[in-house]
Amino acid sequence: MDQYTLNLLFVGASFALYIGIAVWARAGSTAEFYAAGRGIHPITNGMATAADWMSAASFISMAGLIAFGGYVNSSFLMGWTGGYVLLALLLAPYLRKFGKFTVPEFIGDRFYSPTARIIAVICLIVASITYVIGQMTGVGVAFSRFLEVNNTVGLMIGASVVFFYAVLGGMKGVTYTQVAQYCVLITAYTIPAIFISLQLTGNPIPALGLFGDHVESGQSLLTRLDQLVTELGFREYTAQDTTPSSVLNMVLFTFSLMIGTAGLPHVIIRFFTVPKVSDARWSAGWALVFIALLYLTAPAVGAMARLNIIDTIYPNGTAEKSLAYEARPDWMKNWEVTGLLKFKDKNGDGLIQMYNDKSKSFAETAESRGWKGSELVVNRDILVLANPEIANLPGWVIALVAAGGLAAALSTAAGLLLAISSAVSHDLIKGSINPNISEKGELLAARLSMAVAIVVATYLGLNPPGFAAQTVALAFGLAAASIFPALMMGIFSKRVNNRGAVAGMLTGLIFTLVYIFLHKGWFFVPGTASYPDTIAGSLFGIKSTAIGAIGAILNFAAAYLVSSVTEDTPDEIKELVESVRIPRGAGTATDH
Amino acid sequence: MTDTNSSNKTGGSDNSAYWSTNIRIIIVSLIIWAFVSFGCGILLRPLFADIKVGGTDLGFWFAQQGSILVFLCLIFFYAWRMNKLDKEHGVDE
Repeated sequence: MDQYTLNLLFVGASFALYIGIAVWARAGSTAEFYAAGRGIHPITNGMATAADWMSAASFISMAGLIAFGGYVNSSFLMGWTGGYVLLALLLAPYLRKFGKFTVPEFIGDRFYSPTARIIAVICLIVASITYVIGQMTGVGVAFSRFLEVNNTVGLMIGASVVFFYAVLGGMKGVTYTQVAQYCVLITAYTIPAIFISLQLTGNPIPALGLFGDHVESGQSLLTRLDQLVTELGFREYTAQDTTPSSVLNMVLFTFSLMIGTAGLPHVIIRFFTVPKVSDARWSAGWALVFIALLYLTAPAVGAMARLNIIDTIYPNGTAEKSLAYEARPDWMKNWEVTGLLKFKDKNGDGLIQMYNDKSKSFAETAESRGWKGSELVVNRDILVLANPEIANLPGWVIALVAAGGLAAALSTAAGLLLAISSAVSHDLIKGSINPNISEKGELLAARLSMAVAIVVATYLGLNPPGFAAQTVALAFGLAAASIFPALMMGIFSKRVNNRGAVAGMLTGLIFTLVYIFLHKGWFFVPGTASYPDTIAGSLFGIKSTAIGAIGAILNFAAAYLVSSVTEDTPDEIKELVESVRIPRGAGTATDH
Repeated sequence: MTDTNSSNKTGGSDNSAYWSTNIRIIIVSLIIWAFVSFGCGILLRPLFADIKVGGTDLGFWFAQQGSILVFLCLIFFYAWRMNKLDKEHGVDE
């Protein structure tokens, strides 16, 4: 059986599984559809949350960024897991006690202001759409490879699949579908990692293999990698850039991802529907257990893939003759079709050279070897999907990874689209514009907003502002700067009032959004950026992915400042805050 | 809210003791949270450069794996501790 058929078979079978479970669970109970997770064990809920949470950014993109960036991209690992601590300690139990279904509803009630609710809807939509752009990038990469088409066509096909998937609606709400998706994606992620770890280090656990010894050279794996990359003019893989500006950016970026995690609506919603407040606390822990299974493996995947790529291109050592283009392995040919891997023979020797051509200290060595620039361009987002091919793993593993990548991207894209559509139909239209809208009208509005969101995200996804995980990081910055502070102040301060919350959210959102647009282009349109998005070139010396942390601080500051000069919160709001803080008396979540 | 009756049973002063204990637990947990990630993983990494872990140093391990493991312990500790606190103050469900 050829690879193409095998891919189709695995992807098709996994889809059939999700749909099958959805149909089975739906027939079982209608209530399940509305209150996903109620009466479901925290472990099961944790697994479903993990599937919801881990997207194309975690699955497809992250390890590639770590592979090519090394230590500095540890921010993704710490940021996207550390946020769960904030979620578990600062938000989840209290929002569960509050017992409503959407984030804007909490903000609207706590800050006794329809304006605050609408602003929360806007914040939610801006962050979620940015997030969906990142998913589209990932979906595009996955589809282009497994259908063997170019990236743009892959993106279009992916967008239509996401549309039908999300509009099927209830599927996403069924916890057991997500449990199945989690199982597919974690198997798909770990199996190739285990194979590769065994090949390179003899250790079947990739997370341990990363810190183990490289079988071939007898050195530590990371020492070996450090040595190879420096021989090609790069900074050591594990090295830290200790200049203050670089450290500052890493701290702010990590912080921004952490608080963004705790501010993203599609994850928070999951904690609204667990049976008890204590379950909300346990669920966050179990979610992180299942997320950690992937996150502890990801750095191993990244480092080992980098090592394998260097060994492929320089089979006899970095100082010797590199791989001839004509003799390139199949995986390079396969990925050339998608346009995400490009070779240009700059020195006309028919060999592939890949090294750091921006390093001044390495330029002399390169010249003496007759190298005229790095000739192979590898898109970071292909790394995880190409990984099994690079390591010569069997065809079914390659097909499994394609299915896993799509499971990750689709489950999250559907979750986000659901959050966008419920914000528009439930909070915006039913909550303020037209409270008397019929259920049918509400459903139509939900579908329409989903369709608009997909079209916008696909269009912007054609020229994405970065690799999937970087685009998603921008979404986290926006959520960090706008939603998280409002939720936290709503629970931990009785003093912050309606005006304070509105001022805070607007300050955080506008500041962060404008800063991102100044560096990434207005509405992400290429060529409209005013500043380069580098540490040195950016407006405040802070990269756009890290600015959310500053936005969040401004949000807190503006909210406290405005609240302190305006009237105190009414007594009934103080009582509401008191009651949210005490677990006793949490009923089931209510809709109205 | 429909729960005012049940939560009033416990009395106001007890609730504020419950809340300040909760805040204390949160603050201690967040100090540990920041110490392992921002501290050991980033800012303090040069201090641990001599402690070797599998071909690199302790800070690198904290940045890529150690902090995640500590986060897990923190969340489960908090859930266990708070559920106990709920019972001590009679505010559990």
